[in-house]
Formats: sequence, C-alpha cells, structure tokens
Amino acid sequence: MISYALRRLGAGIVLALLVTMITFFLLSGSLESVARERLGSAATPESIKALMTQLGFDRPAIVQYLDWLGAVLTGDFGTSLFTSQPVAPAVASRLGVTLSLVVTALIITVIVSVALGVWAASRGGVADKVSQALSLVGYIVPGLLIAIVLVAVLAVNLKLLPATGFTHFAQNPAKWAASITIPVIVLVIGGVASMAAQVRGSMIDELRKDYVRTLRTRGIPTRSIVLRHALRNAASPALTVLSLEFIQMLGGALIIENVFALPGYGQYAFNASLQGDIPIIMGITLFGVMLVVAVNLITDVVNGWLNPKARIY
Amino acid sequence: MSIEELSVDPGLAAPARKSPLRKLLKDPQAIITSVLLLVIIVLGLLTPWITPHDPNEAQLNAINAAPGTPGYPLGADQNGRDIASRLLHSINTSMISALIGASVALIIGVTFGLLGGYFGRRLRSATEWVFSLIMTFPGLLLLIVLMPVTKGDYRATMLIFGVLLSPGIYRIVRNLVVGVKNELYVDAARVSGLSNLRILGRHVLFVVRGPIIIAAAFLAGSAISLQSGLAFLGVGSNLVPSFGAMIADGFTNLYLDPTQFIWPSILLGTLTASLVLLGNSLRDAFEGVKLKPSKLAEPTLKSESAVVGDVEAAELLSVKDLVIAYPTPSGQLKEVVKGVSFSLHAGETLGLVGESGSGKTQTAFSILGVLPSEAVIVQGSIKLEGRELLGLREQDLRALRGREISYIPQEPMSNLDPSYTIGAQLVEGIRASARMSGADARARVLALLERVGIQDPQRTFDSYPHQISGGMAQRVLIAGAVASRPKLLIADEPTTALDVTVQAEILDLLRELQAELHMAVLLVTHNFGVVADICDRIAVMQNGQIVESGSALELFREPKHPYTQLLLGSILDEHTVRTDPPVPVAAATGEKN
Repeated sequence: MISYALRRLGAGIVLALLVTMITFFLLSGSLESVARERLGSAATPESIKALMTQLGFDRPAIVQYLDWLGAVLTGDFGTSLFTSQPVAPAVASRLGVTLSLVVTALIITVIVSVALGVWAASRGGVADKVSQALSLVGYIVPGLLIAIVLVAVLAVNLKLLPATGFTHFAQNPAKWAASITIPVIVLVIGGVASMAAQVRGSMIDELRKDYVRTLRTRGIPTRSIVLRHALRNAASPALTVLSLEFIQMLGGALIIENVFALPGYGQYAFNASLQGDIPIIMGITLFGVMLVVAVNLITDVVNGWLNPKARIY
Repeated sequence: MSIEELSVDPGLAAPARKSPLRKLLKDPQAIITSVLLLVIIVLGLLTPWITPHDPNEAQLNAINAAPGTPGYPLGADQNGRDIASRLLHSINTSMISALIGASVALIIGVTFGLLGGYFGRRLRSATEWVFSLIMTFPGLLLLIVLMPVTKGDYRATMLIFGVLLSPGIYRIVRNLVVGVKNELYVDAARVSGLSNLRILGRHVLFVVRGPIIIAAAFLAGSAISLQSGLAFLGVGSNLVPSFGAMIADGFTNLYLDPTQFIWPSILLGTLTASLVLLGNSLRDAFEGVKLKPSKLAEPTLKSESAVVGDVEAAELLSVKDLVIAYPTPSGQLKEVVKGVSFSLHAGETLGLVGESGSGKTQTAFSILGVLPSEAVIVQGSIKLEGRELLGLREQDLRALRGREISYIPQEPMSNLDPSYTIGAQLVEGIRASARMSGADARARVLALLERVGIQDPQRTFDSYPHQISGGMAQRVLIAGAVASRPKLLIADEPTTALDVTVQAEILDLLRELQAELHMAVLLVTHNFGVVADICDRIAVMQNGQIVESGSALELFREPKHPYTQLLLGSILDEHTVRTDPPVPVAAATGEKN
C-alpha cells in the first residue's frame, strides 16, 4: 500500500513538473507585454527593456523555469509582479474559499445523484422518466443561464440571498451558507446531470446481475439488496466519474466565482491572467495540479475500500 | 460535461439493423432539433446580407432603444448597438467556436484512438499516458491561465479547449478499435494483403462513425457553452459579438429592458439544447435503446384471470399450464414457456432436461418468483403445498424464499456479491430467513461450510469471492441454499460451470444433503449424465414444452420422443455418463464429518 502510494505520488510529481513547464513555456512568449502592462502608460521601449532585465525576463525560458522550480523547492513561490504580495499564502487562502464551495457542491451532488439514480434504476417507469428528464435539463441549460436566472429571482427579486460577495465560515456560518447557496446550486445542477445518469446506469447494470437474483432467492429484503449490495458495487464506476466531476467543478468554480464575486481561487486566477502576473499564475497552476493529484489518490483509496478486488496491499 | 459518459458502452455499439438515417427520420425529437439548428445556421450564414447594422456600430441616439424602433427591430443595447444584428453575428461566433472545438477534439481523439487501438501495446501505453494526463488537468483553469498566450482570442481558446476535450473521444475510439481489431473481417482484410492504412480507413473507421457523429453533437454543445461563459466574463475582445457578452450587457440593464437579456439567452439555450437533444436522438438511432431499469418485484401476471389453479394439489410442488412470455420490440408477446405442467413430491428429485433456450430456466425462475421484470406470466398455476404462488406480492414471496424454496445457480462466481466476504453474505442470508443473533448465525455458517466439505471454514468465511475457487464457491452457494432447511431446492445447472472432477463431488454432496434434509430437488440441466446420476423422474423440455416425462429408468430404457432419443444419443457419444460409484464427501475431500 505504501509503495503504491509512493508510486502514485511520484507520478503526481511528474505531472506537476510537466504541466508547470508547459504553462511556463507558453507564458514565456508574452513576457514583454507583461512588462508593458506593469509599466502602464509610462512604458517606453527603453523602460520595458530595463524592467525585463530587472525581472530576469531576458534570460532563456528554461533558465527562468529552473530558477522558479528551485525557489519552489525551498518553499519560495515568489511574489506578485503587481502587488508584491507573496504568492503562497494568497493562493492558499483563496483555495480555501473555492474548496468550501466545491466540496459542499460535491457532497450535495453525490446525495442527490445517488438518490435520483437509485430511485430511477430500482423503480423504473415514472421514476425513471422523471429522473432522466431532470438530468437532461441539467445538460441542456447552460450553467451560466441557470446562475443568472437564480440571481435575478432569489437575490434581486425576492431578496432572499445576497447576489454577490462572500462571508468566511469562521466569521458567520449562516452568512457563509447564504453567500454560497446560489453558486452551489449552479454547480450541483451541472454535477447531478452527469452523476445521476452514471449512478442510474451502473445501478441498472448491477441489478441485472446474477448475484442479485441469488440474494433474492435467499429471502433478503429488496431494500438491502438495492442499498447494501447493488449500490456498493455500482459505486465503484460512479466514483471515477465523481473524481472527474470534482476536477470539472474546480473549473466551473472559475466562472461561478467571477459571476458571484467570490474571492476564490478562480477569481484570483482570472485577474492574475488578465494582468499576466506570472508568479501567481505559476503558483495557481502548481496548486491546481497538486489538488488533482490528491483527489485521484483519494479516489483510489476509496475505490480499494469499496471494491475488494481493487485493493492493493 | 464529459463526452465519455454520454456515449454508450462500446460493447453495445453494434451496428443497428435498421439504417440509422431511417430511424432518425421517424424520430420527432431528431427532426425538430435538426430543423431548429438548420434555421439558426442558415440565419448565421445569411447574416452579412440581412443585418441592417454592423454588430459594433454604436449610435448615440439609439442607446437602449426600445424594441420596434425603426431600424432596430429588437431594440439597441446600452452602447447603441443593434440587438438583432448582434444576435445574428453571435450565431456565427458560436458556430465557429463549435467548429474549431469539435474538429480539434475529433481530429486528435480519432487519430490517436485509431493508432493507439490498432497498433501495438507500446504505442498504446504512450498515448494512454498522454491522454490521461490531459484528462486529469482542470481544463478551464488552463484556458484562463493561458489568457496571456491566447490574447483572449476565442478561436485560440477553442483550439486549446478542443485539445482538452480530446481524451473522451480518444477513449471511445480506442475501445471500439480494440474491440473490432480481432474481428474476423478485419483479419480477413489483413490476410488478403490490405495495408494497415486501408484497413483503418475502410473497416475500422466505419465502426466508429456512429459514436463520432454522436460525440460531435455533444462537443459542439460544450464548445458553445464554454465560449459563452468566457465571453460573459469579458474574456476576449469586446468587438467579437457573442451571446455571452450580450447576456452580460443585458443583465446590467435587466430592469430597463429585459428583452436585451432574454433574446440572447433564448438563442443560446435553443442552440445548446438542440445539440444535446439531437445527440441523444443520434445515440438512440445508432446504438439502439439502452437497457431499461428492472424492478425487483414479483412476476407480472398478464391479467387477474391468468391464475388457473383448480384442484387442491396433494404434491409439494405442482406447476400447471404455465405460460411465460416476453414482449417483442413490436409490442407483441412471444411465448418462451408454452403450457408446462409437472409436479414434485416431498423428497423426490425431478430432472428438467433440455437444451439452452428450451424454457427450463424460465420455468425454474417462475417458481422462485424471480423472473426478469420484462417477463409476463400469461397463464398458469404454481402451487407449493397447495398454496398458489402466482399473484403473491414480493414481500410474501420473500417469506417463502430461503425457507421453503431455495436456489443453487449455475455460475458460482457471478452469483456471489464481489464486495462482501463469504461469511457476511451467508450470515445475512440466514438472518433474513430465521431470527437469530449475529453470533449464532456465524456459528451456524461455519458449521454449514464444514458440512459442505470446505476444509478451512474460518478462512473461507473471511475470504472474498475472488479469493476462492469455482468449486468452493459452488459449495458456498449450496451451503447458503440449504441453510434454512428448505422443502424444495431448485438447482439450475449446478455443475455445468465446474471442472469434471469437481462436478462429481458436488452431485454427491447434493445427494447427501437431500437425504439428510429430506428435500425435494428440481434439477435443471442439459446433461443427461447428471440426470442419470441423481434423478428419480425426468421431464424433457423442448421449445417451451415438456415433450416427454417419466421415471428415470423408463426414459433411459425406452425413450419415446425423438428429441429425447437425440439427447440420449448425444451423451453416449461424449462419454459423459458417470461410471464411477458415488463417493462420500468426506472421502472425496479427505476430511471427517
């Protein structure tokens, strides 16, 4: 188990190196415009050149990348080109906001999808039609439109919830919940659309398997067959989709955070990218990849618990 | 959304019998969505000629002009730009996004899917690695991070987005190609000297065309959604008219003039919804309808009057005039069991013999009440100790199952839940049919495991199904079946999936347990050797009917029906009749009871 985890971690590190390297080399094409942006209206060809020398932008890209990598290994993620703020604490605090949003959305997505999928697969008929129609709606309507309609109705018209802004959980849990309600709903609708279909599909497959029939012939209650046996076996393929869903929600959060002015990682990334704040972009990219690596590792561990055959000792 | 989960299991993607195009023409959903898309596309193509204004032409005197203002049929936005013109130009932006995103994803995904699937393992593991790398990366983050590189040009963004979408396509194509690669016709093409390139182009591409067409619709939808989302955020040049940008502008003016917001929303919604719905129709047309849910419930009776049990039956089990049917795609019922009658006394063994498809397993399932949910019992009567089983609710049947009737399946491995230990499954079964504490049930299970000839009961108790052999698994299933001392044991081909040496041991075990517990056994099999070994009486089934029945001795000595003669003749050729004397389990497993 430990050697397996180490191997996965090794693969994660390779992934992180590759992605940051590719990102850096792609970004290195736009260094000059970053310098011009930072100088603002005072930019002259000379001052741009001077700033580029000062920031070390005139060195070969590979040297700059290795320089960055070396600093990262000693725990130094650099400072913002525009605000001189250190990157690591800024990214970490924003990541907290995003994770609170995404994890909440993910938990609700799982509960709703399992309920809908199991209901559809074990009842069939009307239940199945209703659940399929619901997930179709999630697919059909772009998340953006759902977000805007919810804001218009819940926040602007009914004034039930704040339209934008964020309160930290530690400050006021009730306000925190209110501030992420609409963003979470938007993420959940998108997530449920694909998760519920996945749960339904794998439950249908499981309920048609031989062992289900044999369990019935032993006099075991239907509820136990569906929830204890079929669902547990169906959970394994659904879990893979869930981990992809998590990665997709991280992406979705980028748009959502900007729409709702949540001070998360997506909004931070967005602003940094508009300015070309390379240290921040690199820090965000690295944290993003690490998060993905962690999620995949957790997925494997949970999968091993669910599925004895996938256990690696 | 991920394309992969939208596409059906490649194994099911067999070419449809009816031409997909003809099916599509009969599907109103496909027709309506195609027409909508066509209208939108044509409007987009005609845009340069039908729009009164340039999409970026700002007129101060037209700022927030109301709908219907001369020259501004849908009004103008806060910058005095004509909404109708901008809408039509936005269609083109969406179309270009869809075209770039979908074609990049398809070109990369299909090319590498074909190569990775068709050529050797080394190339495949390389492509596999690259695509799983792309897949694990949060794509939207990359798109935003690379904004300084793309300079916000939506076409460059779509190019990258296409790359990010390609792993889904790659996987679909690779799986299909791996599946089709070893098909006979591809082999034949290879043998007849066609080059790999020709084979890929001709035969393999033909198989993947359906999933590709389906995926293209979903890809286009994703690309359009994404482009609007980014434009809404203000990524990219504000000179590019786009639904997302229009929605953002309209939203700020929601109270002044909601139509500024509603028009682009409706068009964007129609566009993406049509693509997704068309994709679903395409999938139905190319891949056929997917599996439907099967409810775990009592068998369906065709009507109230289907139960035709008459006289009080004295036997343990009496099956009378049983007719079981399945609905065909055309909606009619096709009978698979056509009026079967037989009975079974307590302690007796009846062999139900016939080839696969003769209806013998369906008959067995109907006694247990576990027919697939599509099955319909057209008529008949199944009585257990005089009590009619047809028409009983699932919960009443459940009370009988395990206690009165129990079941041994054919394939031992697939009949155990892979996620629980053997012990946990058996304990659950025992506690479902008898009130018993966990510790008592555990002790009982260990004793049972020992009784069915398992050498190290504790170890088997703690094992998962994949850790034991097929023969052991069958013993476990027998232990589960006899746990509550049933009166009737239904064994469906209990030895077919086992090695020949194990078969004999299992039959001996069944015989012993039957004598010990005084059970009646209904043995379903195609193997006359097994029947000869263990049965008192035999019923021969063919095409859903019992063609001959009688005592085992009579049937073997003087088979009357030609089908029985045929079956008997075939076993003599195969030397499958056992000649060795029965061996007690203890001796066979080298263990004391």
